[in-house]
Amino acid sequence: MDKRLKRILPRVQKPARYTGGEYREIIKDKAAVDLRMAFCFPDVYEIGMSNVGMRILYSTINALDGVWCERVFAPWDDMEREMRENGIPLYALESGDPLTAFDAIGFSLGYEVAYTTVLDMLDLGGIPLHAAERTALLPLVFAGGSSCCNPEPMADFLDLMVLGEGEAMDNEVLLLLNRAKREGWDKRRFLRAAADIPGVYVPSLYDVAYHADGTIASVTPKDGAPETVTKRLVRDFENSPFPTDQIVPSTEIVHDRVNLELFRGCVRGCRFCQAGQIYRPVRSRSAEKLVAQGIEALEKSGYQEITLSSLSSSDYRQLGELCDGLLDYCVPRSIGLALPSLRADNFSMDIMQRVQKVRKSGLTFAPEAGTQRLRDAINKNVREEDLLESCRVAFAGGWNNVKLYFMLGLPTETDEDVLGIAQIANDVLHCWRENAANKNRGVRITISTSCFIPKPHTPFQWEKQVSREEYLRRVRLLRDNLTARNVVYNWHDAETSEIECILSRGDRRIGAVIEQVWRSGGRLEAWSDFFRYDRWTKALEDCGIDGGFYTTRERGAQERMPWDHINMGVKKEFLLRERARAYEGALSPDCRHGCENCGARALNGGACDV
Amino acid sequence: MSEKLRLRFTKEGRAVYISHLDLMRTMQRAFQRAGYGLKYSEGFNPHPILSILLPLGVGTSSVCELMDFQLAQETDLAALPDALTAAMPEGIRVLETYPEGRKVRELKWLRISGVLEYDTADVLAVRDGLQRFFAQETILIRKKTKRGEGESDIAPAIRSIGFAAEARRILLSAVISAQEPTLNPDLLVSALAQLAPELKPDYAEFTRQAVYDAEMKEFR
Ligand code: SF4
Repeated sequence: MDKRLKRILPRVQKPARYTGGEYREIIKDKAAVDLRMAFCFPDVYEIGMSNVGMRILYSTINALDGVWCERVFAPWDDMEREMRENGIPLYALESGDPLTAFDAIGFSLGYEVAYTTVLDMLDLGGIPLHAAERTALLPLVFAGGSSCCNPEPMADFLDLMVLGEGEAMDNEVLLLLNRAKREGWDKRRFLRAAADIPGVYVPSLYDVAYHADGTIASVTPKDGAPETVTKRLVRDFENSPFPTDQIVPSTEIVHDRVNLELFRGCVRGCRFCQAGQIYRPVRSRSAEKLVAQGIEALEKSGYQEITLSSLSSSDYRQLGELCDGLLDYCVPRSIGLALPSLRADNFSMDIMQRVQKVRKSGLTFAPEAGTQRLRDAINKNVREEDLLESCRVAFAGGWNNVKLYFMLGLPTETDEDVLGIAQIANDVLHCWRENAANKNRGVRITISTSCFIPKPHTPFQWEKQVSREEYLRRVRLLRDNLTARNVVYNWHDAETSEIECILSRGDRRIGAVIEQVWRSGGRLEAWSDFFRYDRWTKALEDCGIDGGFYTTRERGAQERMPWDHINMGVKKEFLLRERARAYEGALSPDCRHGCENCGARALNGGACDV
Repeated sequence: MSEKLRLRFTKEGRAVYISHLDLMRTMQRAFQRAGYGLKYSEGFNPHPILSILLPLGVGTSSVCELMDFQLAQETDLAALPDALTAAMPEGIRVLETYPEGRKVRELKWLRISGVLEYDTADVLAVRDGLQRFFAQETILIRKKTKRGEGESDIAPAIRSIGFAAEARRILLSAVISAQEPTLNPDLLVSALAQLAPELKPDYAEFTRQAVYDAEMKEFR
């Protein structure tokens, strides 16, 4: 271990996250590998190591002959200060080598607010920030992850972005880079060739022109780069790799357990939900396979907990079988099984009761909106009757803790919809009074609201976000009407949502703002400890950019979106149709009850698993 | 049926930064991975029966850690150390497992070694200074206690201590009290910082080498 590092580690919080050396870390002989990749996660170790995507890619990339993929995370602020003061560059955990020793530096981008952390990590690693400043072939700085569905805000900093699911294409990019390195290509030649790999977007091969009003006039590909770049996905999810022999961190992380992915995509078409749109179509893994993988992963890791993950676990067709299969193994061994993302319906409650024999946690539902009218408008197919019925079963079964998640500021929302949330809280409370197994234990109902953020590639991508003042007015209205003692109200601050909105729907001009915020000290901003709204407003002002252009302005149906040259599967016509239906308050069926021809089918060779 | 067992293990290299709580979790998982079911406590919230005799501070190495545990089933103990080591993170090696370890309260002394680094100071002069400093009858230092600041004399907790000078560093070897009172080796450096700052090293690291009973017989 580096001597300087040894001296600072005793002074920082949780030093084990900076050392590597965990069980099953992958070590290769660096003299014997051809290509070294640094897989960077723009957040701290505990968050990054909890990311399933990173775990899978670490394994699939390291399966390549001659390639060694290592992990890099952002240091907490005490560690960063020590590193900068002592001249220790950002390093990878496996070898301890600085970022400059790597051929490929890949970032996982899943949350836009982490963009400043990407710049900070590059800088701390001694890598020039701008793609244009890095004239040599190596190191290649690229990114993947859901935030890349609008690649433009980070276009200045990244050499290329991979759209869609990394295991479908990352290896192709790395093998091409390996060849370019071996044959001595220049960077331009490599980027041009990389742009021919389906799913790869090379920002420098596109010129963006603007109208006088600031909207985008055109995005022109150069050098024969494709007009649109279409995301890649794993077609055969049943047989795609799931590493059961993963690293087991020696220090506690956020999701410190085995994480089983039931399926990718979602059959529900909630109109506000980006994940539900951009991961389409649904591809699932059989219960038989999942049970086997789950048991194997538990045995190989020694974890005492396993969680089932997906966007909507209740929609997994073999949920009963899967839970039974896992419970047979878990119950005798006191291993906990967690089942998040359940819908409020009878079937799910039945499963929930079986699962929670092992461990009883709180009950969480996300009705998202306070009235049936608004839930129909957003296509969130949850009826209050179902919610109350689920609560009835739960209260009768001894639960006394319910969390309900809502959004404020959804398109078409009125005060009546806001008050509807208070009504639901009262109805749930009433339901508890009628059905509680043991009233002496009391009940706790938690209502949480966040500010709606219109996201790219959703039917609401054209919508305006409500102003912070308006969001707070609605928060106050709700708060004043949530009077019961057993009801707790938490609201998410609107500042982060506003900035997230700008970063999500921004164009290339936002890159300068991100850089300015980083230069004024912004990093790890996904943590409220470090997020500073005034830094963003100041940077927007310095760059001469009106934030409202990206947030509170409704966009015309004809306006060219910054991400229109990116095809995530769902077609614009579908999104517009869905948006019109939202205003009519009309529901659309889920994929299993009627295909709406969203366009995603084409990506999967013409089949959706429905 | 299931007897009390004791494990002797090392904690070195990158593993020295694993905290006590994380080490307990790591141990528990390593037993699972190696295929040895731990015995669980009875009651509402069952937890595996594991206890580490003398929790080790973060940053300190050891080649003589002891941990007590019980297995759910009778097992061949000979194979256990290697199987467990294979399931451990880098830096933790299981040396031996045996039944009927001595009672924890009979553990008294700890032999430690230390490396004190001096970037600029003259190590020969420092060595003499250290010898004089630790030869004092009483070494009263300020310590944070539950009730605020307190004073404590660490001299009685040091049974023997010696120093050897090398280029830019001094090697320390000492026998200190393991419990009642517990002397954390870092306090040796704190004492210098408080009472003889000119002798304070720029960096220090310690390793637990062996544990003894009150008669200085090896504790097992
Ligand atoms: S093509 Fe049809 S079935 Fe497939 S994801 Fe789109 S709407 Fe659903």
